[in-house]
Amino acid sequence: MPVSASTVSASATSANTGPAPTRPAVQYLVVRYAKRGKMRFASHRDVARAFERGVRTAGLPIAYSAGFTPHPKISYPGGAPTCVASEAEYLSLALTARQAEAQVCQRLNAALPDGIDVIDVTELEGASGGASPGAGTTFGHLEASEWEVVLPGVEPAAAGLAVAAFLARDEAPVERLTDKGVRRLDARAAVLEMYVSEHAAAIGNEDCAILRMVVLHTAPAVRPEDVVTALCGQDGIAPSSPSMTTRLAQGPRALLAGKGTS
Amino acid sequence: MPAESVYPDLEPLLPRVRKPIQYVGGEVGSVVKDWDGADVRWALCYPDAYEVGLPNQGVQILYEVLNERDGVLAERTYTVWPDLEALMREHGVPQFTVDSHRPVGAFDVLGLSFATEMAYTNLLTVLDLAGIPLSSSERAGSHPLVIAGGHAAFNPEPVADFLDAVVLGDGEQAVLAITDVIRDWKRAGRPGGRDGLLLRLSGIVYVPRFYDVTYHADGRISNITPNRPGVSPTVSKHTVMDLDAWPYPRKPIVPVAETVHERYSVEIFRGCTRGCRFCQAGMITRPVRERSIGTIGSMVAEGVAASGFSEVGLLSLSSADHSEINEIAVDLADCYEGTNVGLSLPSTRVDAFNITLANELSRNGRRSGLTFAPEGGSERMRKVINKMVTEEDLIRTVTTAYASGWRQVKLYFMCGLPTETDADVMAIAQLARKVIAAGREATGRRDIRCTVSIGGFVPKPHTPFQWAAQCPAEVVDARLRALGGALRADRGYGKSIGYRYHDGQPGLIEGLLSRGDRRVGAVILAAWRDGARFDGWSEYFSFERWQRCADEALAGEPVDLAWYTTRERDYSEVLPWDHLDAGLDRDWLWQDWQDSIAPEGAGEVEDCRWTPCYECGVCPAMGTEIQVGPTGERLDGRRLLPVVGGR
Repeated sequence: MPVSASTVSASATSANTGPAPTRPAVQYLVVRYAKRGKMRFASHRDVARAFERGVRTAGLPIAYSAGFTPHPKISYPGGAPTCVASEAEYLSLALTARQAEAQVCQRLNAALPDGIDVIDVTELEGASGGASPGAGTTFGHLEASEWEVVLPGVEPAAAGLAVAAFLARDEAPVERLTDKGVRRLDARAAVLEMYVSEHAAAIGNEDCAILRMVVLHTAPAVRPEDVVTALCGQDGIAPSSPSMTTRLAQGPRALLAGKGTS
Repeated sequence: MPAESVYPDLEPLLPRVRKPIQYVGGEVGSVVKDWDGADVRWALCYPDAYEVGLPNQGVQILYEVLNERDGVLAERTYTVWPDLEALMREHGVPQFTVDSHRPVGAFDVLGLSFATEMAYTNLLTVLDLAGIPLSSSERAGSHPLVIAGGHAAFNPEPVADFLDAVVLGDGEQAVLAITDVIRDWKRAGRPGGRDGLLLRLSGIVYVPRFYDVTYHADGRISNITPNRPGVSPTVSKHTVMDLDAWPYPRKPIVPVAETVHERYSVEIFRGCTRGCRFCQAGMITRPVRERSIGTIGSMVAEGVAASGFSEVGLLSLSSADHSEINEIAVDLADCYEGTNVGLSLPSTRVDAFNITLANELSRNGRRSGLTFAPEGGSERMRKVINKMVTEEDLIRTVTTAYASGWRQVKLYFMCGLPTETDADVMAIAQLARKVIAAGREATGRRDIRCTVSIGGFVPKPHTPFQWAAQCPAEVVDARLRALGGALRADRGYGKSIGYRYHDGQPGLIEGLLSRGDRRVGAVILAAWRDGARFDGWSEYFSFERWQRCADEALAGEPVDLAWYTTRERDYSEVLPWDHLDAGLDRDWLWQDWQDSIAPEGAGEVEDCRWTPCYECGVCPAMGTEIQVGPTGERLDGRRLLPVVGGR
């Protein structure tokens, strides 16, 4: 499912000139990257544009789709929401000439803005035959994510009580305002586990509580902010300023669940 | 003022605003220099939203020119949207730069670029959030020097009270000269304080407070005179000669946020002498100075490689007029063949477009939009404005475009031009019909379209129409309605013709701000206090607000909104910008105005690039000359193409 941010312009169809011939992809690379610091405020589309340009600046032989408005073959599974940082975002690149993984990593990092940082690049085995691999096989099974949520101005003990209350409930209905209107979700059903991290106390920061949670990728998606909304609304905590969320890992639920039970 | 980053205070506000990425900086191409290592520090502001301001060429050029110098630092700041403005006020966060989030109040200079007068209220927002007193006279030595530039600054009088100084014309050399003066003044222990600095700067810049304006009882200006010794009665514009020596921007700033222009733009020439009488840009940027094909080629090569942009914009006031435009287009298209880099010419004259350009602009199979600006619907109207394109030119050009694969062209017109009648505007409908007929014939298809885009004409300073009466908004609106009705009612062609128009009322306020004098400052202040923000955006603009504020602020004066806009001026009237010299001979402008409205039909002015000099006055006054090719050079693809590694 190669997805691109480019739009197809209606005026681009032509009577007398054909599209440029495209060169076939011979290598597929999976890129794991982070969204850090100020770049957590980038949207999914912003990150996609940065990669399209970064791939060009890095001089990577990216494959293009056929047609009158060719776009680079970069595919993205769901990205972390705007304002949310991440250490575990993924995309895949289709290349027309084989590249060394470490080289790609280094060249992309030189081309991308600081804060959109490539962590590693791995070749997708068995996909070099030309056919575009599907999302499921490209990225493994991205069934769930592990998140860290910093709640400023919340006592860790109070957060512990709220988490216990949340986990004890059968459902946690919340509303989120989206561009399409108010969306109603059950935040509880998607949460596989959640606990208060000892990290805040360990670093001597008593002014905040740090939550860790593993949340299933559901449709419609339940975001960590929805869980925080439920904790605030029903379980009695009140952060002094907006929470700061970071995705720590993404993968099959079996791999993530149970990982953090302390 | 402390210069520490305000980011820790800003960060918690960002999740609560729309598109927070626009406030964080960190773009590829942006620069953060050591604060303490710089002795002159500029905050460069484009007083509109980041998405509009970031691609602005002027700011990007000055940012790079200044940051290249040792000991000089430049950072960028933009107007924040009202959602963030409210939060910043609530939490005491001052106006900040996006590069290192330092408070604007800590810089030596706040330089603002005004492309449009509609950004004047945004100036007040920026000043106020920065903690800088709105009135220049209330500022202390510790406040940044507030300097404006850009096309709108050629009549800065409506905002004169809010500015310390104004740069007329090209900024590249001027900002460096200003920097040197500020450095020397600081090293000398700031002799004379703020006024001492402004005195040293006067001549390089216009300092409004060094001039007094007096008025006749009927409201007209009586005199504009310097009020202290050593200050020249007139101030001249700056002109950069030899654009090849100033090849900026070299390292474009590549936004992470989405902006209005996503491309690497290179200015292929500056200035225009086509002589369109409505066009302020064409009058104040004379003479034409071309950048050579060789420099354009290396700028494109470097700019594309550094930015990763996939579109190259060849900018100028009329790009197809470059003496080697065909060679530039052919060679760049050759160089980038197969790389998915596309070319665009944002400003193309109907009579200069040709089949070569059509082919090269669409070489990769992609076509950027094609817009032509006949401006006037009838031949008579086009003669009045000296836009000498004929109906045959237009039909031939659109036929070329349709035959080359474009399915849609956009045609831009103005309404409310001097001497215009209803019939002149209705002629646009006839013209659009002929365009569609020609397109259908050329392609044998019925799915070709054209869009008619039309806005009200606003007379601008330093043009032959600076004396003209602006057409009342009701008349503009009535003509626009009638035209829309005629286009829609057309059975054979109506569905193929799109129609976009701008209401007359915002144009009237633009007219007030364009040709206003210092008394208009009170109107701007009143409108801003009443909540005016982002007046260039229709969703924010309120005519009712401006009309009310103009009535109130001008209540004690013998002038009003209509006096500034729909009143024709005569030769003897002192215009608010008469002391600001763009080089144009006032008598030449007046004669051109008279020629345009001559009852026997308008006189024509040719382009001095191809015909003898007609003595507009600019070159002798400014010591400049036309600089055009051809150079005979060609571009070499092997040199231009970015090296693709690993193949």
